[in-house]
Formats: sequence, structure tokens, C-alpha cells
Amino acid sequence: MATVESQGRAPVARVRRLEPAAIGAVLWRELTVFRRYWRSTTFSSVLEPTIFLLAFGFGFGALVSRVAGYSYIEFVGTGVVATAVLFSSVFPGLFTTFIKRRFQRTYDSLLAAPIDVEELVTAEVLWLALRAGIYGMAPLLVAMVFGLDPAWGMLVVPLIGFVTGFGFAAFGVTIAAVAKSIDNFNYVTSSVITPLFLVAGTFFPIDALPGWASTLAQFNPLHHCVELVRDAVFGFQLGPDLLHVAVLVAFALLMWRLAIWRLRLRLID
Amino acid sequence: MPSPAITLRGVHKRFGEITAVAGLDLDVPAGTCLGLLGPNGAGKSTTMRMLTAQTIADSGEIEVLGYRLPGESKQARARCGVVPQIDNLDFELTVRQNLTVFARLYRVPKAERAGAVDRALAMANIAARADSVVDELSGGMRRRLLVARGLVHRPELLLLDEPTVGLDPQVRSELWALVDELRSEGVTILMSTHYIEEAERLADEVAIMAEGRIVARGRPQDLVAEHVGTEVVEIYGPAPALLEAERRATGEGFASRRTGPVLAILGAERSNGALPEGYRRPASLEDVFVVLTGQEIE
Repeated sequence: MATVESQGRAPVARVRRLEPAAIGAVLWRELTVFRRYWRSTTFSSVLEPTIFLLAFGFGFGALVSRVAGYSYIEFVGTGVVATAVLFSSVFPGLFTTFIKRRFQRTYDSLLAAPIDVEELVTAEVLWLALRAGIYGMAPLLVAMVFGLDPAWGMLVVPLIGFVTGFGFAAFGVTIAAVAKSIDNFNYVTSSVITPLFLVAGTFFPIDALPGWASTLAQFNPLHHCVELVRDAVFGFQLGPDLLHVAVLVAFALLMWRLAIWRLRLRLID
Repeated sequence: MPSPAITLRGVHKRFGEITAVAGLDLDVPAGTCLGLLGPNGAGKSTTMRMLTAQTIADSGEIEVLGYRLPGESKQARARCGVVPQIDNLDFELTVRQNLTVFARLYRVPKAERAGAVDRALAMANIAARADSVVDELSGGMRRRLLVARGLVHRPELLLLDEPTVGLDPQVRSELWALVDELRSEGVTILMSTHYIEEAERLADEVAIMAEGRIVARGRPQDLVAEHVGTEVVEIYGPAPALLEAERRATGEGFASRRTGPVLAILGAERSNGALPEGYRRPASLEDVFVVLTGQEIE
């Protein structure tokens, strides 16, 4: 019986995991869609940090001249990079993933072709991470207009934004895979994203917080992004910065696997 | 005999309390067109999704183009084209861009990609709208694009899930002509449908599915001859008259079915004047369908 069955069988083609052709096709799709709306995305990515810098820079800057050894504009200008990275990764991760999965059924159409969920998630997250890395530079450029001195270390900032954005985009994809409706995102936005964003050392140093809160902030990946960006701009400190990198990479890998697992459960029944 | 392009053996699939597929056995010989006919909820779409491993069977064996699913599904999918029932086109992209994404996914080499897209555009008769954004297309155009998308890499096997639902007659007959052409080129086609006429016209063989399994399988004319004979007498009238006629037919040993105000008596060619008078017509696949599934076509 087994021999009869095996007669008509095709030779087993080698299938590798994470095939570049599959990931490349999805990246091409994203890039093509992006060409239709890059103006609005770029507009808000530049305007948002400008508003933060103006509001906090002039508002708080009038009250506090120096924070943690920096002028307030330097402190906020570098800190807001993490905000830009977070917003440009987690929100598209949440919303566009949910829309493509639930309403457009884009993922159903793709998965009928030779691509698996692992490749699909990798491509989607890679795309958002690339975008986040680039848009993370916007606050620095704006801050330079307001007096931040350029530094060679700024060239590393897109890479920091990429790794951080990878983790948060994958986090967004995970939630979008679990959520039953877009309304569910409110829970995550208020209980997770807002605290992460506020208690990251962006607008005020976390050591100004009560002990328990600043300890908790150590577990906030965004805090490590903020610190790493500041060190890139004002001077690296080997030991602490290696820890920041390690936390960001670990967060990205963990979220990546989590996103693949949850989206597979949702798309394959 | 050529090896089957699709083999399903004892396939089961449950979704919670609902059993969608219950012991399905089905072969689709290479180079033929098989029509999978069944009422809504018979398990046709689940079966289609299992062939691309987007639904994983609870038990049973599935082979597509010689690849064992779900483990080797990616290889099988590379050589399959899929036309889904629902419109899942990228509505923000142009027609050509939609096809290019899939040409890339299906690993059409770079040098051949533009040619493959043009060929698919021509086959589905949408070349004139190649640079329109999908959002601007009519329903018929969108369905043509869905078909083109499934053909861009010249698949050996085409899975069509209710390909002409909701289309106007012109687009429908155009798609029928395309399917016919593909079949003559040797493409294997599995087409789920609940349009009897579609199955009769296009399919070499028909498999009738009800409650998650195949209840009959064969060439359309053979199925008609085997299950309902060659002629049917249809009687129209008020319910009591139909009841009386039905009683008479049953008494004479004839099978019959009621559809609203119509009583159809099957195998009428065997009658020697014993049956009530009515309108005589040739038996059809629809009669087979109703007899076997107990359900009406909508």
C-alpha cells in the first residue's frame, strides 16, 4: 500500500524557512502601497515631534533649564526619538494588521500562495521596523533646528529605531492577531502603550520617580531605547549601552516569535 | 491511468460543535475538471481551504500534486492557482500591481515577470484596466482580476471556489470560456459551485457533496441516468391535488419531490399512462442534486 501511494509522489523540493522571495514579495507590496500615502505619514511623523518639542521645550524648558546634565531641548529632542519609533511601529502594527487580516482578507489571499505565516509576519514587521528606523530620525532633525548639535553617533540612531521598532511592531501584530475587534485596542493603548510612552525617560528622568516605578521602568524596552539614543548622541557608555542593546534585541526576538504564534492561530484553522 | 492531482482520504474537520467535513474521500485525476457541487454548508469551502493548508484537517490524508499536506503544502501551493470565493484583492493597488505581488510570491523569475502579468491580464480580459486602482473597478472586473491572479504563474492545478457567484451572465459565460480553455490546455481544475448549469457545462465529472462527504460522483449525464432516469413529469397545482398525485406516484413505485407548488415525478419514462398528466421535461442534474441532498438550489 505504501509503495502504491509513493509512486505518484513528486520529489520533495527543499523548502527553506524564511525564503527571501516570499519576504521580498510582501515588502514590495508594502512599499507599493506606501508610495500612495507616504506624504501623510511623513507629515505626521515630522509634525508630531515638532509639537512635542515646542510644547515641552518651551513649556517645561521655561521652568527647568537643565535636566540630568542636558539642556531641556537636548533631553527632549533625543527622548522623543523613542516616541516617534514607538508610534510609527506599534500603531500600524495594530491597525493595518487588523484591517488586512479581518476586513481586506489580504493575509488569506497571500497564504494561498507559497508563503507561510512566519515569512508573512517577518516581512510585515521588517517593513514597519525599517520605517520606524527612518522616521525615528525626524525628531533629531527637528531638534537640530532648535539647537541640538549634530553628532556622528546620530548615524546609529536609525539602527536603534529599527530594533526597537521591530519589537513594537511585532507587539502590535500580536495584539491585532488576538483582538476580536478594533475596540479592543483601547485596553492596550491605555494600559500598556501610554504608560510605556510616559515612563521611559523621554520627558523627565525616571530616577525622579518613586523607587518602585523607576525599577519597573527598567523593564520598559522604550526606556532602553531612550537611553541608547541619548548615549548615541552625547557619547556611548560601553557597559550600560550593551545592556540596552541586549534588552532591545531580546524584546524584538520575543515579540517576533509571539506575533508568528498568535497570527498563525488566527489565520490557519 | 495518470496519478491524481488531488487525493483526499477519510478527511475530517470539526469547528467546535460543527462538523464541516466528515470522512471525505475524493480523487481529482490530473488534467480533468471536477465540479464539487453542494448546498451551502456542505463543506465545499472548508475542503478548498484544506487543499492550501489554510485549514488543517483533524484526521485523514491529503495529497496535492504528489505533496503530502500539510507538511509539504508550500511546495504544492507553488504549483496551484487559487481563485477564492471572497474578494480579497488589494484595493489600494492597481490591477497590474496586484498581479505583480503574486508573480513575485509565485517565484516567477524577474525577467519573465512583466510578460507573465501581461499574459494573465489578456487571459482574464482586463488588459484595458491594467493601470486602474482596484477600488475603481466593477464587481465583474474584480472577479476577472481574481482569476488572473490565480493564473499568473501558469499553475498545473486551479482551485476555483464558487467562481461566478453574483456575476452577470456575460462575465459568467466569459469565465466559463476561460475555464474551458484552461482545461483543454491540460490544467487540472477543481471547482466548487452551487450552480448546476456551471457544473454541467464545465465539469468532466461532478462530485455531489452533502454534510461533509461525497454522496455521488460521476459524469453529469451518468449521474442523471443512474439516480433520476431520463424524464420528469412536473405537476403544478394546489397542495391537496399535489398530495393526491404524489400518493398515486408513490403507489406506482415512482420517486418524487416537492418544490413549493411543483411536484416532480422522477423516472417518468417508465410510466405506462399510470402517472398523472403534467409537463414532461428531461431529467437534470438538479433533480439528482435534490434527490441526493434533500436540499434545494437557491
